[in-house]
Amino acid sequence: MTEATTTRIDRRFAAVRAQNRAALVTFVMAGDPDPETSLAIVKALPAAGADVIEIGMPFTDPMADGPSIQAAGLRALGAGMSLRKTIALVKAFRETDADTPIILMGYYNPIYIYGVDRFLLDARAAGVDGLIVVDLPPEEDEELCVPALTAGLNFIRLATPTTDEKRLPKVLTNTSGFVYYVAVTGITGSAIGDYAKIGDAVARIKGHTHLPVAVGFGVKNADSAETIARSADGVVVGTALVDALKGSLDASGKATAGTVEAVAAKVREVASGVRRVAKAAA
Amino acid sequence: MSAPTLNSFRTGPDETGHFGLFGGRFVAETLMPLILELEAAYEAAKVDPGFASDMASYLAHYVGRPSPLYFAERLTEHCGGAKIYLKRDELNHTGAHKVNNVLGQILLARRMGKTRIIAETGAGQHGVATATLCARFGLQCIVYMGAVDVERQKPNVFRMKMLGAEVVPVQSGSKTLKDAMNEALRDWVTNVENTFYCIGTVAGPHPYPAMVRDFQCVIGREAREQMLEREGRLPNSLIAAIGGGSNAIGLFHPFLDDPGIEIYGVEAAGHGLSSGLHAASLTGGRPGVLHGNRTYLLMNDDGQITDAHSISAGLDYPGIGPEHSWLHDVGRVNYISATDEEALNAFQMMSRLEGIIPALEPAHAIAKAVEIAAKKPKDHLMIVNLCGRGDKDIFTVAEHLGGME
Repeated sequence: MTEATTTRIDRRFAAVRAQNRAALVTFVMAGDPDPETSLAIVKALPAAGADVIEIGMPFTDPMADGPSIQAAGLRALGAGMSLRKTIALVKAFRETDADTPIILMGYYNPIYIYGVDRFLLDARAAGVDGLIVVDLPPEEDEELCVPALTAGLNFIRLATPTTDEKRLPKVLTNTSGFVYYVAVTGITGSAIGDYAKIGDAVARIKGHTHLPVAVGFGVKNADSAETIARSADGVVVGTALVDALKGSLDASGKATAGTVEAVAAKVREVASGVRRVAKAAA
Repeated sequence: MSAPTLNSFRTGPDETGHFGLFGGRFVAETLMPLILELEAAYEAAKVDPGFASDMASYLAHYVGRPSPLYFAERLTEHCGGAKIYLKRDELNHTGAHKVNNVLGQILLARRMGKTRIIAETGAGQHGVATATLCARFGLQCIVYMGAVDVERQKPNVFRMKMLGAEVVPVQSGSKTLKDAMNEALRDWVTNVENTFYCIGTVAGPHPYPAMVRDFQCVIGREAREQMLEREGRLPNSLIAAIGGGSNAIGLFHPFLDDPGIEIYGVEAAGHGLSSGLHAASLTGGRPGVLHGNRTYLLMNDDGQITDAHSISAGLDYPGIGPEHSWLHDVGRVNYISATDEEALNAFQMMSRLEGIIPALEPAHAIAKAVEIAAKKPKDHLMIVNLCGRGDKDIFTVAEHLGGME
């Protein structure tokens, strides 16, 4: 791969692999619980151990999310968050961090209404590296995936337990950056039933692609992160961070002095689990 | 096809599930294999004579079809214009058109070996129809219903429970139909192996809009035959209420290629279009993506879905089926709207003049039918889809009218 075609995401996964460990991918909702605190949280993530940052774009009707992330989105919208402000948040983060990859994750409608071309232009200019859009399967690639790849952004696709051998090549065709394996059939925040199956699933995906495979859904603490780090190139944690944030809010749902630290502490805890696993040299 | 003029309005969707710009399959990857499996199963069922004969038999002996096409003599006299016929789908078993579609989907679910049925419901009519057929075929039934709707449609909640269904009140978002649909999709993503999602309207990812339409087209096919038999000619106009739009498309679709026929879809204007408190997606919304398809939606400038408002729980949805969005854009169907107040007036008028208590949903169609009929000549034949009966709404109406003396 030439320097011109590598992205921050490619470079970061390569760097982490060189350290013989898995990457920690952290998810937080943009604007939760308010835009200012949210920016402070995102800024605190790399030092706490996040290798890659996913930022949720709030949406009123997140049909694949569980109660924790639904509530996070509504807190953000209630505090005046919008897609425009989410892009501005990334821009502000980039002023202090030039290397940590940023992925925007969410649903298609706000992007569609913002305007696909304008969104890609503004997101790239702000320093966004990749997109995960939950309700755009490969069947709808012409909508956003293909234009995003053309614009130089990674388009990260979800693979799930229902993505069988026959379908995997279709799912992987326009995927770049990494593959996000959703370890359960269910909404975000669901518990993983059988960790043993994860290794098999990752191996199955790796039979079809050279991309790193990150595994998410169900990571709650250092131990579950450690377990997943054994079989995956990356460990995704989201609901546990959102729950830590929520636990730090005051009775009216507003940020407190402890909010940023509550999220950072949870990231450190999960990162310690990830770093317990020494992976074979690449 | 890029022909500048359309030879037919009845060929959609294309093989990727699009009606022009609208429709599609905007779902999470977890659901994609399920939707493809459903599409294949439905395509196989469509060409299986056994499936068609099962449908015909249950429609005749269990649902009670054909529903009558009734000449509303006193309503016609009252308006002094067009001759108004009512397509009496409120006489179906379970009291609305919803059962036509549910029967088709439940027979399909049985063919696919699914044992657990989930559904969303607004007014509760789709939930009742689903609970009924699940009882009939011994299937587990879970119905998601917005907590607000659980409160305002209590009789239907009780009916569903009597039929053995589990009714789950949905507390998220605006606690109405759209949130019930979100929750049903979350259930489906979680229970992929044994679960069939029985969608109640012509929305959702492909193949639902086309499949639900096909099951509802029995309304229009019957009406066509019945009108030819009664009057020796086709109707001059059709009119139906629209939430998601399943009763409307069921009546309209078999007539779309008859160019002389005026077709009217009536959305819910709530407190009035200018109030912002309405459910008129076509009149007051714009194209966007929600619940698996692109269609007209009520939203703000950030693409966040806004709450719909209607006195009728069945119309209280911020979107509309994608085929209606397309028919709107190509101009084949005229989409208009009726307010809560107009629907309440029509509800009372129909009850007093014809001895038929309509549901609040078709009361919106009746409100506009009365206005349009008055301007038409006496030889103008109009069909109004009376898609549901009003027993479920008497408490809501009583509350608005300050009780009945």
